Amino acid sequence: MNLIQWLLTLSGLALVLLVLFSIAALMVYGERRIIALLQDRLGPNRAGPFGILQPAADFLKLVTKEHFVPPFADRKIYIIASIIVPFTALLSFVVVPVSYNWWLADINIALLFIMALSSLRVYGIMLGGWASNSKYPLFGGLRSAAQMISYELPMGLALMGVVILSGSFSLVDIVSAQEIPFIILQPIGFIIFLICGIAETNRLPFDLPEAENELASGYNTEYGDIKFAFFFLGEYIGVLLIAALATVLFLGGWHGPWFPGAVWFTIKTLALIFLFFWLRTSLPRLRYDQLMHIGWKFLLPAALVNLMVTAVLGLFWMEG
Amino acid sequence: MYEIIFYLTSAIAVLAASAILIAPHPVHAALYLVISLLALALLFFLLGAPLLAALQVMIYAGAIMVLFLFLIMVMNLRPGQNQSAPLASGWKGPAFLALILLLELLWILNRFQITATNNITAIEPKAVGLALFGPYLLVVEVAAVLLLAALVAALYLSRKERS
Repeated sequence: MNLIQWLLTLSGLALVLLVLFSIAALMVYGERRIIALLQDRLGPNRAGPFGILQPAADFLKLVTKEHFVPPFADRKIYIIASIIVPFTALLSFVVVPVSYNWWLADINIALLFIMALSSLRVYGIMLGGWASNSKYPLFGGLRSAAQMISYELPMGLALMGVVILSGSFSLVDIVSAQEIPFIILQPIGFIIFLICGIAETNRLPFDLPEAENELASGYNTEYGDIKFAFFFLGEYIGVLLIAALATVLFLGGWHGPWFPGAVWFTIKTLALIFLFFWLRTSLPRLRYDQLMHIGWKFLLPAALVNLMVTAVLGLFWMEG
Repeated sequence: MYEIIFYLTSAIAVLAASAILIAPHPVHAALYLVISLLALALLFFLLGAPLLAALQVMIYAGAIMVLFLFLIMVMNLRPGQNQSAPLASGWKGPAFLALILLLELLWILNRFQITATNNITAIEPKAVGLALFGPYLLVVEVAAVLLLAALVAALYLSRKERS
């Protein structure tokens, strides 16, 4: 690679980073307004027109707070942990294709790359909980580790159905293979992926790691200032990632009539994000044992059966 | 450029691996192991095995080490508990055998000139799959049976005693 290619790649990365940060900020605002709407409230509407500057105000507040590390915490790990979560989530977007010929990298292990990064994300939450050196964060961290390991397995298996149908790990190839969106061919896979995605991002009804009524605030209880903002940002980027992945893998990515590809991608992703917000207001939190039961006794067998049926049918389909 | 990245990654892998022995806190030691495994994954990627690199991160760094950390956290270990045990009395025999292995390794490294690091062909996931379920099918099946046996054994050991 020569210098110009390096510069192009770096500027591409910077652009994606900027876009992702602003989308995450707008998502926080959007979530608060939509949930308020669904609960017959107003939500934040003071800062700027319709309260659109609320995320900027929140951000300024968090940045200007005192940088504080509790004296009983493990200083280095406490700081590193808060960076891991948004870092792994942001890095995954490198391989997500937004539109035809519009992506940063097309590697032939893209799907595995994303799964690998999502399995590293658990370190952020787990170490954050441990490094705080206090009991509620520790419980939150341990819970989240158990939860994320349990739900990673069915998620990976559900994705294998898509890999069989498209014959590739590359997200670009997967989107190109979807003349018919894979949600029609893989409805069970889609549902399992979405449930696991919600669990992986620790959103309601699976937000056990930060269950307020039993664990204070869970793994981030001892966090404040910009380090808390990192966890917060990581969560919303994670939601965006799951929505974008579901779009790419099951809803046909950029495919769609009339509009250009990027518009379709945006519409589908936003619809899924709305679903996330909607679920948050509608469903109560699960109990911890229920969470484990759903993961191991329902989702994992369902994903295995789905994979086997897909493999057998796919074999006949390709042969015949 | 390639060489710089390769040797830098190798250095990180070795340094992190030695730091495991020195780190005073068990959790820090485990984290150094994670870094060493990640560096190893990058080496796999550089040597043209992207699938292996991804699996290394997913399985070793992402799953097994999480369980390690889980255990360490549950056991509530404190700094200073990573001290190595005093040398057992019978250390001379194993040390001698390890020394022979080291000499063999040095001899091999010296004997066979390492050539052609530049023309690396990346192996696609599809090729790995075809190889595993083609010529190596029997080995894969045997490994699967072994894992099943381990699973059954784990279930047996962790079952509740009937009262």
